[in-house]
Formats: sequence, C-alpha cells, structure tokens
Amino acid sequence: MTRTTSALLAGVVGALFGAGLLISGMTQPAKVVGFLDPTHGWDPSLAFVMAGAAGVYAILFRAIRKRGRPWLDVKFHLPARRDLDMPLILGAGIFGVGWGLGGLCPGPAIVAAASGTISGIAFVVAMLAGMYAQHRTTRA
Amino acid sequence: MQSTWILALAGGALIGVASAFLLLTHGRIAGISGIVGSLLQSNTRDRGWRIAFVVGMASAGVVASIVAPSAVGTSVRTLPLVIVAGLLVGYGTRLGSGCTSGHGVCGMSRLAVRSLIAVITFMATGALTATLVGGAA
Repeated sequence: MTRTTSALLAGVVGALFGAGLLISGMTQPAKVVGFLDPTHGWDPSLAFVMAGAAGVYAILFRAIRKRGRPWLDVKFHLPARRDLDMPLILGAGIFGVGWGLGGLCPGPAIVAAASGTISGIAFVVAMLAGMYAQHRTTRA
Repeated sequence: MQSTWILALAGGALIGVASAFLLLTHGRIAGISGIVGSLLQSNTRDRGWRIAFVVGMASAGVVASIVAPSAVGTSVRTLPLVIVAGLLVGYGTRLGSGCTSGHGVCGMSRLAVRSLIAVITFMATGALTATLVGGAA
C-alpha cells in the first residue's frame, strides 16, 4: 500500500519535473549552449529557469521543513556536509565541461532520450557509463 | 523572445513545485544525477521511488515526442562529441555529488555552501567550454 503510494507519487513528481524541463527549454541543447556562450548572440532566457525553480523551491522548502516529517518517511533526507573538498570542485568542473559541450544535463538528457532522439539516447548511455565508472573508481 | 523567457520562468516554477513535492512526500532532494546514479549502485536499498521518478520523467519525453516534438532539440555536436559529453556529465556529477537540479535548484535555495561553490564551478567551466567549442560543431 505505502510502496504503491510512494511509487505513484514519485512517478507523478517525475512527470511534472520532466514537463517543467520541456516547457523551460532545457531539453534544447542549442539553447543551452547559446545560454552558456555569451560571445555568439547570448540567449539569457534560461537564467529564468533557475530563477523560477530556485525561487519557488526556496519558499516551499521553508514551509515543508516546518513539518516534523515527510508524508511517506520518518525523516527528511537532507545533505549534511558543509566542507569544500576536491571531489566536489573537480566533479562540478568536469560536469560543466560536459554540459557546455553537449548542451544537456542529466534530467533533460533522460527526457530527450525518452523522446527518441539518437543524440539523447547516445548521451544517456554514455552518462550512465560515466556514472558507473565513477562508482567503480571510488569504491576501490 | 518575450514568450521564451516567460516559458523559461513557468517551466522553472514547475520544476520548483515538483522538487518541493518530492521533499513533502518522500523527504528527498530532487537531484537527478543522485536519483539515477544510485540505481547503478548495488547497495541502494530504496529503489522503488527512484525508478518510478525516472519512469515519470521519461514519460514526459515520450508524450512530448507525440504532442510537441519540437520541444526536444537534437544535438549541436557530432555523435562522438555527444558521447564524450555524456561521459563527462555522468562522471562529473557523481564525483561532485550533484548536477543542475540537486546543487542548482535545491542546494542554492537551501543556501548550501557546497552547492553554491559547485554551481559557480560548473557554470564557469560550462561557459568556458561552450564559448571555446562554439555554438555549432
């Protein structure tokens, strides 16, 4: 019962998230690259995606955190780390290079792959391989 | 041009609502690289909601391919470069503990220092790469 509810709600949330990505323009690699590259007729519109998402989330986050616990779990699972280390900065740096090159980050890539574009599917297969490689190299 | 940024803002707001809803229901941060990446790890226990979330997100792509195919653009790069980009995004997001959603949307809203540093870093390297490689190759 709870597991069904959990999966059902997560599925709805995922669909909403995907719809948001599609509406916002994040699933258009040319647009993303045009946003990240200010030297060739800069398209700043994608800054509004982050503004809208972070603005709404900031308000709702505070309201939700006042609750003792989420609906389907005994506690909130929030990252507790505060330290700045090399993996964080190196990883973010590497991610940025891939994002600027391919014009896709993980969420939009999955939506693009599901829509059936060859480049989206190739990107996601490579992304999963990259994730797997990272897991294998750090656990050793 | 005006409608572009209105759509960007509206789409962004929807992403914010969805992310907040995941916090309300599951108590989880809506970080896509974390949700997807942990499914590739054998020690992940709670797979159900993660799989459902990814399936839900993918279903948006399937629906878009039918009702609004122009919402998904093809790549601006050749296939080998797309594969290189995917590898870097996969490896980098897991090493850096997050991507545009987890560090960007959720982390910055919580004023998390690690996320702020991560966003500044990937925006900088992303801008540098996009500028050096150019808009179309």
